[in-house]
Amino acid sequence: MDPAADIDRIFGALADATRRDIVRRAIGGEEGVAELADHYPMSFAAVQKHVAVLERAGLVTKQRIGRRKVVRIHVEGLRSAQRLLDQYEELWRGRIERMTDLVNDSKETDA
Amino acid sequence: MTVTDVRKDHAALTMTMTAEFDAAPERVWQLWEDPRQLERWWGPPTYPATFTAHDLRPGGRVAYHMTGPGGDQPRGWWEVVEVDAPRSLVFRDGFANDDGSPNLDLPVTTARVTIEDVGGGRSRMTLESVFPDAEAMERVLAMGAEEGLKQAIGQIDAILAEESVARS
Repeated sequence: MDPAADIDRIFGALADATRRDIVRRAIGGEEGVAELADHYPMSFAAVQKHVAVLERAGLVTKQRIGRRKVVRIHVEGLRSAQRLLDQYEELWRGRIERMTDLVNDSKETDA
Repeated sequence: MTVTDVRKDHAALTMTMTAEFDAAPERVWQLWEDPRQLERWWGPPTYPATFTAHDLRPGGRVAYHMTGPGGDQPRGWWEVVEVDAPRSLVFRDGFANDDGSPNLDLPVTTARVTIEDVGGGRSRMTLESVFPDAEAMERVLAMGAEEGLKQAIGQIDAILAEESVARS
């Protein structure tokens, strides 16, 4: 996974109050999407979308328990502050690389 | 390699990155000053940024959104603290709600950008980012809810401890 996109996904996923609440409920990890949907004044499809955003960010995962699929915290997806700082570094390394490309491109155009 | 130095202080939650560009400070400054150039580097290729406000004056607001591959649009804002073109820029960098209002559940980073002329048509840019505190960082990890925070971290610690016992 591209680390810069990774950090954006995590921040983006957590920027929404409903999604933060879903993550909190997913710590216990006993509910499927349908049960989660009962907690919020929105459609099943809307809750399903929120869960999908969290899954893409690597924060939750759907785990099969018997015949049911429950939404659970993805332990490996939860990072320490150090890991986040490392990702922040990657984010800026990516930005500086793109800045360099822009500066070099404009030089070539000028020449 | 244009990034010449990176220092991270995990206790103070700061990162200082130094980079050199083969261009004068005025050219590097344009990358910050011109929103059309800024949006060509701020977001990663998978999350291109669109700047909808860009007032680079002390107290000025900058607003942007990024568009992800799934159509998701995380939003962000800056509040400009200090500007000294083309030498330095200080801004608070935060996340926004869907309506564009600042989301203060997520940490606000303070970024200080310094651009120096190092001669030979080259510039050195230093970026110093400061996270407000360790708790704000933890909050990103533990999803915001104040009362759920300690409990969540405790449960995650317990899961991790169980895992390490299982592995050993």
